[in-house]
Amino acid sequence: MPVVKLQRPKLNFGESIYLLAVAKGFLITLTHAIKSLRGKSASAKSLASSGLGVTMQYPEHRWDEHLPEYYRGAPALVTDEQGRERCVSCQLCEFICPPKAIHITPGEIPSNDPWAKVEKRPAAFEIDMIRCIYCGMCEEVCPEQAIFLRKDYLITGLNRADMVHNKEKLLAIGGVRTGLVNKWNELK
Amino acid sequence: MSDSPSSATAALILPKDLAAETGRVNVQIDGIWRQFAKGTRMIEACRQAGTIVPHYCYHPKLSSPGSCRMCMVQMGLPARPAPGQEPQRDAAGYETISWVARPVIACANTVSENMGIRTHGDLVAQTREGVMEFLLINHPLDCPICDQAGECRLQEHSVGYGRSSSRFMEMKVKKPKNVEIGPRVRLDDERCILCGRCIRFMSEVVGEPVLGFTQRGTHTTLTAHPDRPLDSNYSLNTTDICPVGALTSNDFRFQMRVWFLKETPSIDVNCGTGTNIQLWTRGNKIYRITPRQNNEVNSCWMPDSHRLNFHSLDSVARFTEPLAKHGALHEPVSWEAAFLTAASKLKAQAPEKIAIIASARMTNEELFLTRALATALGTTNLSLVPRFSEPDALLVAADRNPNTTGAMLVLDTQDPFSKLDAIRAGVRSGAIKALIVLGEDLITDAGFCFEDLAPLEFLLQSHTLANPTALAAHLVLPTAAFAEKRGSMVNLSGRLQRLNRAIEPPGQCRDDWEILRDLTQAITGNTGHLDSIEEIFQALAETLPAFNELTLSKIGHLGIPVMDTGYQIPLLTTERARQAARLITG
Amino acid sequence: MALIILIVKIIALTFLVVLPLVPISVYFERRFCAIIQDRVGPNRTGIPLTLLGFKKDFHFFGLIQPMADGVKLFLKEDFTPAYVRKVFFWLAPALTVAPALITVCVIPFGSSITLFGNTQQLVIANLDIGPLFVFAVSSLTVYGITLAGWSSNSKYPLIGAVRSSAQMISYEISLGLSIIPVLLYFGELNLGKIVQYQADHGWLLLPLWKNGQLGLPDLQTALFCIPAFVAFIIFTISIFAETNRMPFDLPECETELVGGYHTEYSSMKFAMFFMGEYAAMVIGSALIVTLFLGGWSVGFTADKWIQNFHFGEFYFGGLIHLLVFLLKLIVFILFFILVRWTVPRFRYDQLMKLGWVVFFEAALINVFLAALILAAPHLAPAILATGAVLLAVVTAALIWVAKVSEPKSGILQA
Repeated sequence: MPVVKLQRPKLNFGESIYLLAVAKGFLITLTHAIKSLRGKSASAKSLASSGLGVTMQYPEHRWDEHLPEYYRGAPALVTDEQGRERCVSCQLCEFICPPKAIHITPGEIPSNDPWAKVEKRPAAFEIDMIRCIYCGMCEEVCPEQAIFLRKDYLITGLNRADMVHNKEKLLAIGGVRTGLVNKWNELK
Repeated sequence: MSDSPSSATAALILPKDLAAETGRVNVQIDGIWRQFAKGTRMIEACRQAGTIVPHYCYHPKLSSPGSCRMCMVQMGLPARPAPGQEPQRDAAGYETISWVARPVIACANTVSENMGIRTHGDLVAQTREGVMEFLLINHPLDCPICDQAGECRLQEHSVGYGRSSSRFMEMKVKKPKNVEIGPRVRLDDERCILCGRCIRFMSEVVGEPVLGFTQRGTHTTLTAHPDRPLDSNYSLNTTDICPVGALTSNDFRFQMRVWFLKETPSIDVNCGTGTNIQLWTRGNKIYRITPRQNNEVNSCWMPDSHRLNFHSLDSVARFTEPLAKHGALHEPVSWEAAFLTAASKLKAQAPEKIAIIASARMTNEELFLTRALATALGTTNLSLVPRFSEPDALLVAADRNPNTTGAMLVLDTQDPFSKLDAIRAGVRSGAIKALIVLGEDLITDAGFCFEDLAPLEFLLQSHTLANPTALAAHLVLPTAAFAEKRGSMVNLSGRLQRLNRAIEPPGQCRDDWEILRDLTQAITGNTGHLDSIEEIFQALAETLPAFNELTLSKIGHLGIPVMDTGYQIPLLTTERARQAARLITG
Repeated sequence: MALIILIVKIIALTFLVVLPLVPISVYFERRFCAIIQDRVGPNRTGIPLTLLGFKKDFHFFGLIQPMADGVKLFLKEDFTPAYVRKVFFWLAPALTVAPALITVCVIPFGSSITLFGNTQQLVIANLDIGPLFVFAVSSLTVYGITLAGWSSNSKYPLIGAVRSSAQMISYEISLGLSIIPVLLYFGELNLGKIVQYQADHGWLLLPLWKNGQLGLPDLQTALFCIPAFVAFIIFTISIFAETNRMPFDLPECETELVGGYHTEYSSMKFAMFFMGEYAAMVIGSALIVTLFLGGWSVGFTADKWIQNFHFGEFYFGGLIHLLVFLLKLIVFILFFILVRWTVPRFRYDQLMKLGWVVFFEAALINVFLAALILAAPHLAPAILATGAVLLAVVTAALIWVAKVSEPKSGILQA
């Protein structure tokens, strides 16, 4: 890589005094400020601006209808059409989770259960939402299509314990998903 | 290849004759000529050459039925010349190999002179792919549920040699699942690939042929004898050798995925055999123990009773802080206060009124420090607690203490248990006023009763778990269990082996050697420098001729024989006989 | 009686006018910069009525935010590191904030109010040496900063303090020189009288009326606008440098020095530095407004009329002037903020060069130019011409020297 020697641009008298340039700068800043004040900033519309700058005023205006299809919110467990949880606690999500937010305690399905064929389900499934970075690796790695990142983003709590989503909470967020999962099929 | 001094003789002496002089044969593996002992299995020859041939049914400690067909390789033999014609040889003197068109299994065939083996190539790859496809036809593919996932040969070979998708459109065969085949083993027949390792293990190694196949063809099913469940004390070894998740351990079932577990090599402390083990831990919890291969101790196996005896380590009965007796109750005290109390109480007694009952479950280093403690106190009343029970014909020894041989060496006595009766009598008669009990429960194991201990002016016990003796103890010191500490032990056959720390001891528990060091220093008042277990072993090695020149790291994971006791481990005797009879290879 | 009036004035002007201006300018700073950056800024902090069970909060456009900030700073742990020189460490914040507040006493905030026949100027101390007093006292600020940096016993504060003292000493020279033309013009050092003069004869930069009559200025006054404007620019920029504002905020430049001289400070001690800085900005703006932009005067001959507003015996025109003054002040503070969010920070050598090579010379020449213009009516044309030529020659020579002394290579230096 050859060294490129840069020449400073030659300034004429007006420029070398700077005052005009500074004044021009003020004018640019001011016009921008006025635009921002009138809610006419660039991309204010696409960002659903509140009318000042490009910012959305959070509790009054919400993201909900503006969320893109690919938005990654809170991870959640899903159930199938018949209310069975899909997760078999293979712990691959726990393994892949970069911030180690997921903690699973595997459990056995009792043999008198009608769906005992699957044998295994999580006895406890906890996601620490303080740790979660919403990367979606858990969804990608799940072999049973049991964990999905939903569009929920209002994850708040008053203490650390509140921020740990347990299995019931995860299933409540996740809801029902339909689709082909073979694990209950006796012959597949 | 020839290393003869002159080229004239080199032309005359052929490689096969050179090899035959040492009872070996020349084999070409993947293009490279090597020498192997006559009678070596092809699969072993490949392993020695650095190529692992994938296999399921083959196990070096078991006979080879050649049933899984996974280990197929391409084989070639020297071309047979026409009568009267000399075989063709290349420049190095090897005959031309004529390759066999069909693959052969490598596990049951032995090598022969001028043989060629190809473990790679189109034929071998296609064969393996076909075998894998057949094996997976009826496999349920429930890896997310299966406990074997992560250490499953079927998974590994499927990735390494299989097809990416199945062409099988029909319904899979339904077989029994989740069968309680024995008290400790669960069977899932759908996952079984019919390698028969478990059947052979039970009949050849344990000598209890309770497992077998029933039905035929694709319906072949592994099952236990209807009147005899798989209840042998060695049944869990079948789960270790099962290459898939067909046989799984009830104890480890659905506890943790194996990829989370960290392996720590250590040794078993449940009997004098000193079985080599692998501790599987995650965080500060042991999830399972498996045998670790050591052909001089336990081969590849271990008894279930020893394997499952680790759950007390995270039980609520563990002592986690030093306790001092105040009235009828014990209250937590600091370590410093505990040592000060112990030192003052012990120094108040005449040396002959003090006795120490140590344990043959302690490591050499701890016994060495126990001896130093006895010297510091000036007492000769030092004994261990014997622990004898019924042996079995394989690995469980009659002596259930893991370090009796080490105790004899370190304490320099032929019978380390001899003074126990005298001490017991002394305690009863009141001749002994202060008693130090290290890692033993006198009431359960040493023939004491609670009333015996009452007249003692000072009773100190170090132990891991709550026990009846602790009730009478004035001071209870919590110690680390076998998986929480380092040290060395000598097994019954005189092999020095090493314990390794897999997890941290709970609460304020300290290693025995630290407690003994601090107690001795509190009594003598001088503060020497013993900062690590290595330094103690070094001090021990200087006093003990058998340990000269040794360090803890020199012991290695497989141990070193330090003396000859003449003790034979029964399992090894039968295994060596079977090896001599060429029934097994390893 | 006089003492009571003085105390009332001190309390009213210092604590009710200038000090509230500090949080207000902080608020304006935050809102204005947010708007410049397409953001919203603090617009929430108000009275949380919902906590008391009401339906809606009062937001007041977030005007309570500075108060909340103050409360927060007050409640924070006042941490004194173990390794600092305690006495100086504690003294330093006071030394920064006190001079800024002391200078308030000579600023004329309005004309005068008359109550019960008692006329009072809206200035705490009607000193005859106003600007000199301001310079004398405000240059003490540098002690606070230097002591803070040195006593913190830590590298970044020390570097920040050294930078700051060098910068303030450098710019004090051009600051002092730049107002000499102004003082020559007014012939007066009493700030109150300067403002009264501007109210009567037109602002220094806007001389569009004279003796109560609107009209174009005479030639001399018009010509004097040139040195007055130069003085205005030099003075304003030097005030920026004196108050450590962008683009001269090298003493606390966070990309290089963490927090500069106040890195080790927390809680109220930090708040005092913060306050001192904003108070200095308020005083600086007040001085500029007073000297160049007519102080409290509305201008355009309206002041006499305003001064006569009264309810009976209560002449309250001074209060209207106070409001006008504050309005001008806030506009100027907004200008400060605009500058901060427009102009990038100087490099230290550029800063020094600007102070010593450009402003110092320009202010000197400006003094002579102003003197020449003011003395012109009394001078013979020949002398006048000689003076003008001499001035031009010296100016040209100075520019030439400055050009020649610049490093030759045109290659961009990092």
